[in-house]
Amino acid sequence: MNKISQKLTTFLVVLVLPALVIFLTVHFGLRRGIPVKKEYQVRASLGKKVDHSEFQILKQEFKRPQDVTAACLSCHNKRDDELMASAHWKWDRETNLPNGRGKVNIGKKNLINNFCMAADGNNGSCMRCHIGYGWQDKSFDFNDPNNIDCLVCHDNTNTYKKRKNSAGMPATTENATSEFPVPDYNFVSQNVGKPKRENCGVCHFHGGGGNNVKHGDLEEAMLNCSRSVDVHMAKDGKDMACNDCHLTENHNITGRAYSVSSENTNRSTCEQCHTSAPHNDKVLDMHYIKVACQTCHIPIYAKVNPTVMYWDWSVAGKRDANGNPITEYDNQHKYSYISIKGHFVWNDHVKPDYAWFNGTADHYLYDDTITTIPLKINTLMGNYEDLESKIWPIKIHRGKQPFDTISKKLVNVKVFGNSKGEGAFWEDLRMDTAIYLGMKYAEREYSGKFDFVQTEAYWPINHQVAPKEQTLKCIDCHTRSEEGRLAKLPGFYLPGRNYAKAVDYSGFAIIIISVLGVIIHSVMRIFARKNNL
Amino acid sequence: MRKIKIFSRFERFWHWSQMAVVVLLTLTGFEIHGNFAMFGFEQAVRLHNAAAISFIILGFITIFWLFVTGQYQNFIPTRNKLKEQISFYAKGIFHNAPHPTKKTETNKLNPLQRIIYLGLLILIFPVQTITGLLYLYYHYPENPIDASGLWLAVITHTLGAFLVVAFVVVHVYMTSTGHRITTNVKAMITGFEEEPIKKESTEKQPV
Repeated sequence: MNKISQKLTTFLVVLVLPALVIFLTVHFGLRRGIPVKKEYQVRASLGKKVDHSEFQILKQEFKRPQDVTAACLSCHNKRDDELMASAHWKWDRETNLPNGRGKVNIGKKNLINNFCMAADGNNGSCMRCHIGYGWQDKSFDFNDPNNIDCLVCHDNTNTYKKRKNSAGMPATTENATSEFPVPDYNFVSQNVGKPKRENCGVCHFHGGGGNNVKHGDLEEAMLNCSRSVDVHMAKDGKDMACNDCHLTENHNITGRAYSVSSENTNRSTCEQCHTSAPHNDKVLDMHYIKVACQTCHIPIYAKVNPTVMYWDWSVAGKRDANGNPITEYDNQHKYSYISIKGHFVWNDHVKPDYAWFNGTADHYLYDDTITTIPLKINTLMGNYEDLESKIWPIKIHRGKQPFDTISKKLVNVKVFGNSKGEGAFWEDLRMDTAIYLGMKYAEREYSGKFDFVQTEAYWPINHQVAPKEQTLKCIDCHTRSEEGRLAKLPGFYLPGRNYAKAVDYSGFAIIIISVLGVIIHSVMRIFARKNNL
Repeated sequence: MRKIKIFSRFERFWHWSQMAVVVLLTLTGFEIHGNFAMFGFEQAVRLHNAAAISFIILGFITIFWLFVTGQYQNFIPTRNKLKEQISFYAKGIFHNAPHPTKKTETNKLNPLQRIIYLGLLILIFPVQTITGLLYLYYHYPENPIDASGLWLAVITHTLGAFLVVAFVVVHVYMTSTGHRITTNVKAMITGFEEEPIKKESTEKQPV
C-alpha cells in the first residue's frame, strides 16, 4: 500500500503537476485578444436635410459658373470666408518649419516637387485643381468670393467637370466638347451635397498628371474597390467616403499631405475611430507607441494601378528622325518615355519604404541651395529617441530634375503653354527656354546654366488599408533577413533582427566548450572503466 | 543497497516544472533571438512571455518554501571538501574512487553544486527575470529613464540565456556521475537514492 501511494505521489509531482504547469502556460500564453469591432455609420447614410431643387434661385438661367457661387453664397453666407482662408483656396499656409527654420508661407503655390517641378507658372494646367475659377496668372482675384468653385466639391451628380488646360474653368458654349460639355448648372446646383469620393478624387487621384502618379495609395480604383484594396472604402465593406475619416468642420478638412505640410496638427487619424489600443492584446497594442497603424495594416500600396517611382527629366525632349516627339511603353503598357516628360519607372503592389516620422516635415524652399545628393525635396522628421516618432510606411518618389549650376538651386520650369512658340517645354521641348520662363514667372534669378540632379520626395502612405488577414506578420520585421521590412531602419534594437555578434559568438563558444568538455569527460570515464575492470 | 530519502515532493515538483518551463523559455527565446523558426515568431513571443510568468510564480513559491522549511541551507556555499569534490570529478571518478561527499535530506548538494546552483539562484535567474521584465514592459524611450532601447538589458538577457544552455548541458551530463549512471535521475524522480552500504561517517560533511 505504501509503495503504491509512493508511486502515485511520484507520478503526481514529477509528471502530472509539471505537465499542468506547462499546459496552463501554453493555454494562457496563446490566448490572443479579440480586437475591438468598430461600428460606424457613414456620413453619406445620414441623409440630406435640404432639398435644393426647391430653391427658386437655383432655377435661374446661369450664364457663368460664378453666378452659381453667388447664388450659393446668398444663403450660405460667411462660408466664403472659411474657404478663402483654406489651403485649398490659397495654395499656401503659414507654417512653422522644423529645425528652427521659422515661420514661412508655403504650399503648392511656391514649393518645388520632383514631378512637374512646380505649379507656379503652369497655371493653365495645374490650376485646374484649384477650387476657383480661372487662376490663369497673377491677375487672379483671390478676394472675390464669386471666384470660388462650390460645385467641384459639392456636385453629387457626377456630371460637373472642369475643362483641361483652362485654369479651372468649366467649358463654355464656345469650347465645349463631348468629353467636357457645358455643365448643366441648374441640375448640378439643385443636387449638391457633402463631397463624395468622386469629388475629392478628381484632383487627389490624378496629381502629377495621371491616375495614381503621385500618391501611390490614392487612385481611381478606389471609387469601386474590393476589401483587399481598401477595407474602409470597399463597396462590399464599409463603403466610406473621404470625409468619413477626413473629418471636416467649417470647411476645415483634417488630414495632411507632407509633400506640402509641415506641422503635426489638424491630422486625420485612425484613433478617431479605433482608439490607441484597438487589438485588445498587450503585445500588439504596445507596438502603438513606436509603430504607426499604417505600417502593419498597409503592407503594399498601388494595389490596382501602378504608380510612378522614378521620373527622369534629363532625357526629356528627344525627337525621332522626323522631328516628332517619341513615346515608349513598358511591359505594363505604361509610358516609360515621353518626349515632353522624360523617362518613367512605374510599379504596382509596391512594398513601402519605412522611416521614423513624428508628423513634422521640412521642405526645400526657393532660397535653399543643394548641399546633399540626392536632394530631399521634403524631409520627414523623426528618429527612434523622439517621443512623437513612429515607424511609418513611405513612398519615396525619386527623380532627376534641372537645377541652376551656378546658384545651386532647383529651378522652376514652364512646362505648360497655350501654344507652340511661347517657349513652354511641352510645346517646344527646349529646356533652357522653359527654365528661363519658369524662373522669370516665379521672380527668381537664373544664371542661364543648368544641369540635372537626383532628388527624393517622401510621401507617407495612409490609404489602401488591408483586411486584417493581409496585414504584416511579426516575422516580416522581426527577422535577420535582408528582405525584412525594417532591415534598413537604424537606431534601435529590434528583437529578431538585431544581435550583438560578440555576445552570440561567445555564447555559442561557451555552449560548444561545455559540450566538448562533457564528451571528453565521458570518453575518459568509459576508458577508465575498461581499465579498472 | 539502502535507500536514502533525498528529495521531498515539493522539490521534485519544483525541479521538473522548472525544467519544463526553462526548456520552453530557451526554445522560444532563441527563436525570438532569430536563431531558428519553430513556433512562429508571434507564438514564440506569446509563449516566452507566458513561460516567464510561470517561471516567476514558481520562483516565488519556491523561495517561500525554501525559507519556511529551512531548505535554503542546502544552497549555502562551503569550502569544506570543495577541493576534494573538484578533484573527484577531475581524477577520482576515473579510478572508481568513492564520492567525497554523501547526500542526505538536509545535505543534498555537494560543495560544487552549492556554488553553481547558488550562482543560478541569485545571479542568472534574477538577472534573466529583471532584464526580461524590463524588456517586456520598459523598452521604449517614452519611459522616464530612456535606457536607449535597453541595449544593455538585451545583451545581458541573451548572455544569460547562453549560460543557462551551457548549464543544462553540463547539468544533464552530471546526472550520470552518481553511484550508477541512473542513480541521480532516479533520486530526482522517486526522491530516494540507492547507495551501497558502506561504513562511512557523515559527520564531516559540510553543513
